[in-house]
Amino acid sequence: PGSSASSDPIWSGHSPPPHQENWVSFADTPPTSALLAMHPASVQDQTTVRTVASATTTNEIRRQSSSYDDPWKITDEQRQYYVNQFKTIQPDLNGFIPGSAAKEFFTKSKLPILELSHIWELSDFDKDGALTLDEFCAAFHLVVARKNGYDLPEKLPESLMPKLIDLEDSTEVGEQTGEVGYSSSPAEAPPSKSPSMPSLNQTWPELNQSSEQWETFSERSSSSQTLTQFDSNIAPADPDTAIVHPVPIRMTPSKIHMQEMELKRTGSDHANPTSPLLVKPSDLSEENKMSSSVKFTAGNTVTDGYSSSDSYASDPEQIGSTVTRQRSHSGTSPDNAAPPPPPPRPHPSHSRSSSLDMNRSFSVTPGQQQAGVVAYPPAVPPRPQPSQGAGPHVHRPVDADGLIAHTSTSPQQIPEQPNFADFSQFEAFAVSGVNKEEEDEIETHSEVLQVEKPADSASSLRVAKADGRVEEKAPTNVPTTAGKGTTPLAPPPKPIRRRLKSEDELRPEAEEHTQKTGVIAAVLASQPSIPRSVGKDKKAIQASIRRNKETNTVLARLNSELQQQLKDVLEERISLEVQLEQLRPFSHL
Amino acid sequence: AICSPQNYPLYIRSVPTENELKFHYTVHTSLDVVDEKISAMGKALVDQRELYLGLLYPTEDYKVYGYVTNSKVKFVMVVDSSNTALRDNEIRSMFRKLHNSYTDIMCNPFYNPGDRIHSRAFDSMVNSMMMQVC
Repeated sequence: PGSSASSDPIWSGHSPPPHQENWVSFADTPPTSALLAMHPASVQDQTTVRTVASATTTNEIRRQSSSYDDPWKITDEQRQYYVNQFKTIQPDLNGFIPGSAAKEFFTKSKLPILELSHIWELSDFDKDGALTLDEFCAAFHLVVARKNGYDLPEKLPESLMPKLIDLEDSTEVGEQTGEVGYSSSPAEAPPSKSPSMPSLNQTWPELNQSSEQWETFSERSSSSQTLTQFDSNIAPADPDTAIVHPVPIRMTPSKIHMQEMELKRTGSDHANPTSPLLVKPSDLSEENKMSSSVKFTAGNTVTDGYSSSDSYASDPEQIGSTVTRQRSHSGTSPDNAAPPPPPPRPHPSHSRSSSLDMNRSFSVTPGQQQAGVVAYPPAVPPRPQPSQGAGPHVHRPVDADGLIAHTSTSPQQIPEQPNFADFSQFEAFAVSGVNKEEEDEIETHSEVLQVEKPADSASSLRVAKADGRVEEKAPTNVPTTAGKGTTPLAPPPKPIRRRLKSEDELRPEAEEHTQKTGVIAAVLASQPSIPRSVGKDKKAIQASIRRNKETNTVLARLNSELQQQLKDVLEERISLEVQLEQLRPFSHL
Repeated sequence: AICSPQNYPLYIRSVPTENELKFHYTVHTSLDVVDEKISAMGKALVDQRELYLGLLYPTEDYKVYGYVTNSKVKFVMVVDSSNTALRDNEIRSMFRKLHNSYTDIMCNPFYNPGDRIHSRAFDSMVNSMMMQVC
């Protein structure tokens, strides 16, 4: 008919306004008559009525929305009509219309099968043989357009892309498709489609076209992003999934984990290793500490992700980060350590750098940490206790009693914080070589104290890489001792004494700590088993994540409590130091 | 060319060269070889490359590749031997693309298996593929 003839020239790909005008002019002509003319025999047919109605509404809408540049854009009325038709076939708007049903439906439009086939090829975007709501609307729209004389495009117009869940999207894209939607070269289509691809709302099960590849790419990228986000946000989760063994341990205080790890590695029980270590701070503990500390010192090298992760985890603790913070670090570190693959590596370096900075800051300021001692995370105080306790053989003439008492109590603490003890012992061990001024008795303590001492390069190194706890201990001890104790003795001895005193002070709190640490140890012990059993079950991982989070909160609470205890201990330490000073003149004399 | 299980062509496309009929004839003759292979092997019906003719005639050098789907639809591809750039992997990938496109066509409810393939998208795909080779 004449309408089709007029529309054909328009269809030659002119600018949108002419199209729009043509469309409007076309609409001016009795749309029903045009439709009827095209489908004279379909008057009785329901589809004809449908088509007429749709065409009518379309034309009306066209007149009203003359601002649209894209004839392929589906107006609201049209869309609503399409949706209603969709419902007649498929009540569920999110469901599919099977190919057979769609075939029957569109066959009613009396279009040639070849054209219907082409329309189907265009509209079935995911090539699944079924039409979603959007696909159906696109197909319907194409049918309507074809019936109105518009030639079918070679490529699906952007405005008809199945992703047109929101008309807004189609309107936004419509302007772009206005120039592309026609039977223009396919080359134009992909470029215009690509920008709209990222705005996909649907998933594309099958993507064979190049444009589809764009979508897949965006999907993949988004999915990868989500994955990465998942990793970053739920760092612990990954460790849990990826790392069966190391993960749980990391979550909890690194020291404890370390100890546990070492224990596990050695195949010994948690309690046993700790006690022997405590009892024999010289050998086992030292060895373990050495190994662990060595790892920590060499933490930079991800030789043992486990240990390195621990170091990282410990660093946060040292810095006084909250348990969650530790968790974040540990989470990252476990990722690094547990999964052999490269992805974790960035974390270790990342966490390492952060931890190192913290460590260095700590190590540098040990002497100056007097004020900052208290500021150290609470985790430190308890740990020093075990380490202090671990050094039963450390005894001073003055503090012998106290030391002994501490040692007795410290063993209790030691099991709770074996890692810590290890570190302290290790540090003390390493420092012993550096600080020969220290008394033999105080070797263990001095070692620990030496660790505290930033002055020692070795200790500083250890501190830098060792657990934060150790550093915490060191800073706390050093500051307290330095600040409170006299300076006649070499700095190392002072810290040792401080530590002894702190042990005394901490003794009363040791029990409390032990209880808390016991809880922690129990939690920690349970954690390692959790990831293993979980395996790679996502749900299990999430459950383990929740458990870890709970553990973290528990640990945070524990830390706060320990902080309180630390403050009390510091006060006691001050008093003891004063007494010591009073006694010293006597000894000198 | 795509041939149905009944060995009648569903689709034949040639690069615009002369002797197009020769290619058609070659495809037809290759069907016999395809059937041979199908009957020979009872298991794997999907032969990515089951026909390879180095030289059919002294004066003619072209290679015919065959590909059969699980539904006995045969794809036959005739390429010029002078095109040494074509490797076996490329042939396989081309057949894979052909197969994918054919599957898409089959998904169309308006397509009756056994009809000639008129899909424009399919044509464009085949054209692009042939342009790559030639």
